[in-house]
Amino acid sequence: MSTALVNPVVNPVEPFLRNDRMPHIWCPGCGIGTTVNCFARALIESKIDLKTLAIVSGIGCTGRVAGYVKLDSFHTTHGRAIPFATGLKLANPKLSVVVYSGDGDLSAIGGNHLIHAARRNIDLKVICVNNLIYAMTGGQTAPTTPGHATTSTSPYGTFEPAFNLPHLVEASGAVYVARWTTFHVKQLARSISEAFKKKGFSFIEVISPCPTLYQRRNKLGDGLEAMKYYKEKSKTKHGAPTNEVGLTMTGEIIVGKFVDRDRPDYSTLLKNQMHETLGSKYVDYDDEQGLLCGDGGCVEDSCH
Amino acid sequence: MKADPRGVLTGTHFLDGDHACCEGALAAGARFASGYPITPSTEVVERFAQRVPVVGGCFIQMEDELAASITLQGAVWGGAKAFTVTSGPGFSLMMEHIGYAAMTETPCVFVDVQRGGPSTGLPTLPSQGDMMQARWGSHGDYEIIALCPNSPQECFDLTIKAFNLAEEFRLPVMFMMDECVGHMTEKVVIPPADQIEVTPRKHTHKSVEDYLPYGTNGDLVPEMAHAGEGYKFHMTGLTHDERGYPNMTPKMQQKLVTRLQNKVRIAAERLTMFEEEGTENADVIVVSYGITSRVAQRAIEMARGQGLKVGKLRLIVAWPFPDAKIRELAARTKAFVVPELNLGQMSREVERAAGGKAKTILVPHAGGTVHNPEDILTAIQEAAR
Amino acid sequence: MAAKGRVSIVVERCKACGFCVEFCPTKVLALSSAFNSKGYHPPHVVLPEKCSGCDLCGMYCPDFAIYGYKTGEDKAAAKPAQTAAKPAPAEAKQEQEVTQ
Repeated sequence: MSTALVNPVVNPVEPFLRNDRMPHIWCPGCGIGTTVNCFARALIESKIDLKTLAIVSGIGCTGRVAGYVKLDSFHTTHGRAIPFATGLKLANPKLSVVVYSGDGDLSAIGGNHLIHAARRNIDLKVICVNNLIYAMTGGQTAPTTPGHATTSTSPYGTFEPAFNLPHLVEASGAVYVARWTTFHVKQLARSISEAFKKKGFSFIEVISPCPTLYQRRNKLGDGLEAMKYYKEKSKTKHGAPTNEVGLTMTGEIIVGKFVDRDRPDYSTLLKNQMHETLGSKYVDYDDEQGLLCGDGGCVEDSCH
Repeated sequence: MKADPRGVLTGTHFLDGDHACCEGALAAGARFASGYPITPSTEVVERFAQRVPVVGGCFIQMEDELAASITLQGAVWGGAKAFTVTSGPGFSLMMEHIGYAAMTETPCVFVDVQRGGPSTGLPTLPSQGDMMQARWGSHGDYEIIALCPNSPQECFDLTIKAFNLAEEFRLPVMFMMDECVGHMTEKVVIPPADQIEVTPRKHTHKSVEDYLPYGTNGDLVPEMAHAGEGYKFHMTGLTHDERGYPNMTPKMQQKLVTRLQNKVRIAAERLTMFEEEGTENADVIVVSYGITSRVAQRAIEMARGQGLKVGKLRLIVAWPFPDAKIRELAARTKAFVVPELNLGQMSREVERAAGGKAKTILVPHAGGTVHNPEDILTAIQEAAR
Repeated sequence: MAAKGRVSIVVERCKACGFCVEFCPTKVLALSSAFNSKGYHPPHVVLPEKCSGCDLCGMYCPDFAIYGYKTGEDKAAAKPAQTAAKPAPAEAKQEQEVTQ
């Protein structure tokens, strides 16, 4: 005897996806999609208002995330997701702004913007998917590529010291710094949720496999091999000193929540300063729905 | 709609062009600027930094022009009217994002207070060397609108027009000042707010289900939505379809890029703005723009004093270039004399548009100061011969 | 005895990366010998009674091709139930429902 039932449950990630753009372009075994699942879970868990959530990405494989999620999403220029996101947030402080981009985009061409936004403590949640390579363009060396790896622009092996991203952003002033791998799905979702509750510059690095280029060129197996490596060699050390969490090609991966501190964010500092020097003369546009304002000469009538 | 009085500094002022430009932006409704210091433009944002906290808005000095040129665009998508200000070297850095604004149809204003170039050049001295760059500086096919003020008063008035055009056509507008106009101090009359027309954002009234971020009808300009309104739209610099989704095919490329071009070209006639005087029976017509037009005015008067029949055409909207007007004048004059503070940029456009029907005589100047009126006069005399 | 959970697989999205198979805590899944239209071997359920509906497979899947859910049944179910798939719009897909 069988009873026809409509499947009562939908994949939790499904409502967040632009179904008319599936399937995505990421390779078999690429971890970016995994991070999107964690992102979706975090959105559900933190009950964040999706109407006021905006996602900004740069160029690269991870940069494509913006195009696949059903949110106000901006696919900007290479390295400049953070300054775009800064403008978005300052114009409408009620937005929750996520920057979702890759290691090359954020720390090479975007490096200057990364450190300044952290310094200013702009209220952004940055998810940096670090696959240790420039994947989209065919596997070139990134500032995060570990030593002696083979890449298309280091055919004889890299020799440059790599960035330790948690250390870099902590030193620049970020208030929340965590690192997980795509193996640590639950912890990553939790970290993203925590970042949503945090005011200030939050940075979550996610080590993720690039099977087609990084893994293959360095004979490290496929995506699954990478995930097994993450599982085996990761060590959770909450609060670890970030100068000690550098990565190597096959060595230990320190993961965890490294930094969780409180510093006034950029907007708070700005308002405090203005109130102190201008007193009642200061016009706090935040009180007037950000810069979205029918009176502000921007929009003819309040269309929203 | 009328300007928001909170941003209008009504009255008679003694201001330099940089300061007047800032007031123009505020009067136009700009409430966000992201900048980076560069001589001779910095005063525009210095004044904005001082004014905007009491008007109601935000200024942020970014870490470089690469950031400044896109932070303002984030602010536009967050709902603001926004601009940035720079000079040659910074203008070069901003080119990628000017193209991004053109591609994503982000209404905004880029002010370039031109100085001697190339490279670091003459930071404190004028030129008009960025005119071609304003039109072609970013990669690919796109259109911009460029305006050239020739006085602090015009720096006020035309900045408002720049913002209005940006909103009307949803593109980046280049406001091409020069160091001379930027740093000269003159009387600037700012009228009451209810005498200033500002163009509001072309915001969609469609429902979330019906809205297409890049769908257009007759005027080829799509309706805009902002982040945070529930539209959940996607915006990208990749070649995209009406939904804003990447569609990287030759067919979509053809469709999108020709629309971006046509949305300006079909309106070129009504976009055109120039000052024309005495061209009816002129043997020679002096075509100039910006600060050079003021020196040219002197030369024209001197030439007329010598009995020469000289007309004047001052470009105010330099891009799109007024092809039709030049074509019309070329048919009834002997020559165009084009003085400019560069070694020949807009003169090429004049020559092209004239189509061989009249000569084009360039009066070049590498920059650093303005022309001697005598040099322009000599060219007029030669041309009239 | 009824499984606590069930798994739903969107066969056409699967790229056989193997994450779900590897990281299922109770080893419910294995890659099948079947092919989807792209030539990949999607997973199938080999130990249905062990499924707890934890949805770790769903969290790991980079292609959004599988998810698990709790059935809400802890007691023995009488018969296997055939459930219809909930189709995703613009996409050809076959959903393989796993039942107890």
